[in-house]
Amino acid sequence: MFETIPLTHILIVSTLMFFIGVFGFLVRRNLITILMSVELILNSVNINFIAINKFLYPERLEGLMFSIFVVAVAAAEAAVAIAIIINIYRRFSSINVEDVSEMKG
Amino acid sequence: MNLQTFLLMRHEIILMIIILVMLAAEIFSDDKKNTYNLSIISIILFAIHTIIGYLPGEQGTLFGKMYINSELTVQMKNILNIGVLIVLLQASQWLRKPENEGKTTEFSLLIYSTLLGMYFMISSGNFLMLFIGLETATIPVATLAAYDKYRNQSSEAGIKLLLSSALSSGILLFGLSMIYAVAGTFYFEQISSNLATMSHTPALLALGMIFFIAGMAFKISLVPFHLWTADVYEGAPVPVTSYLSVVSKGASVFIFTIVLYTVFKSMLVLWTDAVIGIAVATMIIGNLFALRQKNMKRFLAFSSIAQAGFILLGTVAGSQFGMSTVLYFVLIYIFSNLAAFGVVSIISYSTGKESMNDYKGLYNTNPKLSLIMMLALFSLAGIPPVAGFFGKFFLFMASAEQGYYYFVLIAVLNTIISLYYYLLPVKAMFIDTNETPIEPLKSELLPKIALVLCVVGLLVIGFASPVFEYLKEISFGI
Repeated sequence: MFETIPLTHILIVSTLMFFIGVFGFLVRRNLITILMSVELILNSVNINFIAINKFLYPERLEGLMFSIFVVAVAAAEAAVAIAIIINIYRRFSSINVEDVSEMKG
Repeated sequence: MNLQTFLLMRHEIILMIIILVMLAAEIFSDDKKNTYNLSIISIILFAIHTIIGYLPGEQGTLFGKMYINSELTVQMKNILNIGVLIVLLQASQWLRKPENEGKTTEFSLLIYSTLLGMYFMISSGNFLMLFIGLETATIPVATLAAYDKYRNQSSEAGIKLLLSSALSSGILLFGLSMIYAVAGTFYFEQISSNLATMSHTPALLALGMIFFIAGMAFKISLVPFHLWTADVYEGAPVPVTSYLSVVSKGASVFIFTIVLYTVFKSMLVLWTDAVIGIAVATMIIGNLFALRQKNMKRFLAFSSIAQAGFILLGTVAGSQFGMSTVLYFVLIYIFSNLAAFGVVSIISYSTGKESMNDYKGLYNTNPKLSLIMMLALFSLAGIPPVAGFFGKFFLFMASAEQGYYYFVLIAVLNTIISLYYYLLPVKAMFIDTNETPIEPLKSELLPKIALVLCVVGLLVIGFASPVFEYLKEISFGI
């Protein structure tokens, strides 16, 4: 059943996800939501890798392997980001981008 | 594969051993006040590592060509090692401050981890290795930027750096997925050989390449992806800023050049246009913003953006000469920028003053520091006796050799603009009078060694032609 979905549709979904992520990154004002947008971007890339691997190059699992590493790196990134965000919350008592901006120019 | 082949990655293995030794030493030292001695030990270990890096070794590939060790990558790592050594020496004074008690080892550990990532990134022969190296190089830097836990600006710098680098790696990966769709592999060699057989460049591949360039431009802080740079450089502690502006940037430039020269060599016409556009925008915007900065760290941040634009002159050339000028310029840039940051850091730790107005009359009270600062700024601007002139001259020559005359003209005009703002601090130090100048400062031994190293580098490397000849010999072109 899955095989009936063409590659193009999957790529459209992943591209949409990517740009929703970029949009969220630029528009959202809460640091956690920005982090979620980044995760959206990375997961859209994962969809790309796996779909391309399955449809175009099924004989080698390079894309699949890459996506596993992307997941691992995203986890590390989220861990560090949340650690810094917690510290920011202690310092500023807020995680809104507008409040966490002391440097200008 | 036997034990001998692992010696091909001697840089990585030795650095890994240093990391483990420092980690164990940190855990088993029961006296928390003694951590400063540990950081001295780590500097000594790293100095030994730097020297070992220069010993001749074999070349080859490992892990099915995922890891490439050539004379070029070894020398790139050695150049980065010099930068890290100077940064560590400069940081030692700052690490002694009471607020850093108990976390001095963390600083060197994090620096070494990022450096390890950069090693793997430079040596990569596969996009997977490149990506992992890139992330290993950026994530610890964000924690370094947020190192001053109790200073608001430091945390702000950390989160800004981390989120923008996460976005940039997302963009880079999206580009990689497009390249994968066309080429069907992640190996540099196979991609370029697959592309060479195609009669025309697929649009998807061109788009992927643009995404890749955009992702790397974030890391090198090229315009229009430079917006995080000034805030991060200002907010982070000074040693971290100097590390970011020199070593991080240098490593990204190296791998950017290598990938453009190997993977995308059949698309030379496409990427030169893109890179020229970015370089022109970078030089102009970096210069114009540097003109109006009053904070020395921000000033150096924007000047480093402009310098990145100049480095691209060498990348665009696409020749053996071009790559060697990139290496040579980064080497000189390490010395000149670290000399400037060294002076800024000594003044910043002792007095907390970072504004350009505070530097007025510095020559009367601290003649040595102001002379070093002057040399560094002359080198960044490209005034003849110091090394920076030769670096810039070769970059211009490499680009002019390929016929990009207008591009070189714009770069030369930008050099003239940059002269104005590089001479502003010099004027403040030597000519302007100040009723309350910074009192004479006594700096410690290790930062002094760092400054001496920088000055020697600035004065010697420009005239030592064997250095450039050697770098040219080991580089490759398209």
